[in-house]
Amino acid sequence: MKHLAFAAGMLGATAAFADTPELIVYTYDSFVSDWGPGPAVEKAFEAECGCDLKLVGAGDGAALLARIKLEGARSDADVVLGLDTNLTSAAKATGLFADHAVSADYALPFAWEDTTFAPYDWGYFAFVHNADATAPKNFGELAASDLKIVIQDPRSSTPGLGLLMWVKAAYGDKAPEIWEGLADNVLTVTKGWSEAYGLFLEGEADMVLSYTTSPAYHLIAEEDASKAAAAFDEGHYMQVEVAGKLAATDQPELADQFLAFMVSDAFQSIIPTTNWMYPAVTPAEGLPEGFETLISPEKSLLLTENDAADLRDMALEEWLSALSR
Amino acid sequence: MAERAQPLRSRWGLGVAACVAALILGALAAVVWRAEVGRGIGPADWAAIRFTVVQAILSAGVSVALAVPVARALARRRFPGRRFLIALMGAPFILPVIVAILGILAVFGRSGWLSDALAVFGFEPIQIYGLHGVVLAHVFFNLPLATRLILQGWQEIPAERFRLAAQINADPRAMWRLLEAPMLRQVVPGALAVVFAICLSSFAVALTLGGGPRATTIELAIYQAFRFDFDLGRAALLSGVQLVLTGAAAIVALRVATGEGFGTGLDRSLRRWDGQTPAARLWDSLWICAAALFLILPLSAIVLAGVPGLAAMGGRSAAAIWSAAANSVVISAVSTGVLVMMALPMAVAVALGSARGGGALVEMAGLLGLAVSPLVIGTGLFVVIYPIADPFALALPVTALVNALMSLPFALRILVPRTREILSRYGRLSLSLDVRGWDFIRRVLLPRMRPQIGFAAGLAAALSMGDLGVIALFADSETATLPLQVYRLMGAYRMEAASGGALLLLCLSMGAFYILDRGGRRHAET
Repeated sequence: MKHLAFAAGMLGATAAFADTPELIVYTYDSFVSDWGPGPAVEKAFEAECGCDLKLVGAGDGAALLARIKLEGARSDADVVLGLDTNLTSAAKATGLFADHAVSADYALPFAWEDTTFAPYDWGYFAFVHNADATAPKNFGELAASDLKIVIQDPRSSTPGLGLLMWVKAAYGDKAPEIWEGLADNVLTVTKGWSEAYGLFLEGEADMVLSYTTSPAYHLIAEEDASKAAAAFDEGHYMQVEVAGKLAATDQPELADQFLAFMVSDAFQSIIPTTNWMYPAVTPAEGLPEGFETLISPEKSLLLTENDAADLRDMALEEWLSALSR
Repeated sequence: MAERAQPLRSRWGLGVAACVAALILGALAAVVWRAEVGRGIGPADWAAIRFTVVQAILSAGVSVALAVPVARALARRRFPGRRFLIALMGAPFILPVIVAILGILAVFGRSGWLSDALAVFGFEPIQIYGLHGVVLAHVFFNLPLATRLILQGWQEIPAERFRLAAQINADPRAMWRLLEAPMLRQVVPGALAVVFAICLSSFAVALTLGGGPRATTIELAIYQAFRFDFDLGRAALLSGVQLVLTGAAAIVALRVATGEGFGTGLDRSLRRWDGQTPAARLWDSLWICAAALFLILPLSAIVLAGVPGLAAMGGRSAAAIWSAAANSVVISAVSTGVLVMMALPMAVAVALGSARGGGALVEMAGLLGLAVSPLVIGTGLFVVIYPIADPFALALPVTALVNALMSLPFALRILVPRTREILSRYGRLSLSLDVRGWDFIRRVLLPRMRPQIGFAAGLAAALSMGDLGVIALFADSETATLPLQVYRLMGAYRMEAASGGALLLLCLSMGAFYILDRGGRRHAET
């Protein structure tokens, strides 16, 4: 009897399911993880849309773009969430994305003018160190010191590419000299952020490339104030994470609704303590307690998406030749 | 050429081998088909190919060179904890790469135990990052596998040979010349080829311990071509290079591996009378202790890091970890079943083929799973599946299948020598008694192959449990496996919980390996 009731319930659920429109959002893996923003975002959006939100994880931002290119216009995805401004130029070149209609009072350090992609969070790259150690004040001091750093490989990691762009944006043609100076400080290069951060926490290196917001995790989630980010006087390079609607979506209204939801309080208030980034729009209740302790760079650096795309290969060459010696 | 009659046919094995080859080469072809004209292979790629080959040759050479004395010591000695040590040899191989790296660095790193110990005596910390670090890490992964493969060679020498050697009072040099050297000539080339093939596809280990972009491997170049440049043509081309290199290694190994076997035994339990001098005992003990320390220290670092994580895990983390663990166990079980169904007929085909020449082809088909980059296989399968079905719905079955393909080369190395031996010893006798086909499999083949099947299945189960492989390309939030959850925990700053997850993974993999491997040896002497 119980089985019968269960079967009936399943049938009923399937029938109900069939009537519910489904919105498919491709994003990076750490967004959908049980510890990322995914579960809370799904719950909040489903409560207001009367739809089924399906979040699909695909590696990191760059792997996400590769996936979209692989699937092309046939893709089931309606929205792609998790590209950054280093990727948006290539993403637009695919012609797969449609313009959005999102407007909001962004808390970004500059005006947002992109009509294809809308931002949902942002952060500054920074070297994280133990709070009791003295940190260098710029790349020059770092190069002159005998501090050991762990960085990520720009070919396989988003922060790794961010560091290339940081040095390029701060030093332009002098970037190769900076890298040559840093070469003996680089303890090793890892495939992704997790490996590098793990090595740093194990005490292998003095500093690790991460974000200015990383100490907030340790402070808020672990009540541990022992980590700090080093403020560099050249300024800090920004990462702005964005989402866009696919032109071939079969749920255009729902996709628009999701993008509008993305810049609303319900979504934005989830971001700081799950993605550990700054929300693109400051929620009504402000930032969580603990964020006020973070360093706020005096100067924000960000290459335009076209510059970022044009300089990428050259910056990689410079990096490879400086560190391969 | 007259074919010798045999109680089994190689049809099944040839069919399975053809399917395996079609699947893997088809995936590669699908990537090529989807590719646009790309950059081709540049100077940076050639540098990557050079580095990859150099580190793989060194890693394979060192692993196998060290494995020979360790296996010899384990074959000659009986001591408490021996079984445990042999089971432990499965461990490094199945750990998620990132966990193993952290374990190795906890011992050999700049702030590792060894550096700390050296600091007490006023020495500088160890410089682990460089080519030597890459080789050290690869030896940590592969020494145990090589040891098991070579130990198996020792165990397959019939007990009667050792009895006879003892009766004629053979001295150690005679033992070496008559029994050990011929066995090693058969076993070592295959072990070298397998370890070489594994190291050929190394990426995160080589980069992290190599200390920077000097340590760029082919696999990293493939990853870059796919993810950074979206140049599928170059990814496929580089994958082709990997394929050619693995193929070349396999051909050399097949050519070099020679030997006649040791004649029939009565499957008696093994007893050794040789090597009982104090010097030989000391020598063996040194090797066993050194190998055990080399394995156990990094593993203990992982266990020590994991215990607080497991203890502190609660709520959402625990639920996510346990459901992922359940997924991993199911995938591992399915994949092990698939593997045994593929590997046994293929092993029979290889064994029969030695007389006919088709065996080499079957063995090469088996190696393909190691030879083609998992990223390329995954992408190719995605390209193939995508137009006809939802790849996400198929995430778990595809992962189980690909994991089985990856274990195939190891399984064949384990199964083939024994199958060949059984067919050559019992083939004619069985035919004269009209025992053939299924009867032969059930009454002659399977009972004599239980230890080998158990070892192969155990290795496959453990490998599949620990593999991240293609699941990352297909997974959504519900279908995560345990290794993927461990990576996700690390990506979410939760290093302590991740260590707990890694410890759970280690226990599950070791458990699966131990149960299957022991099951195979229930009434055999190990």
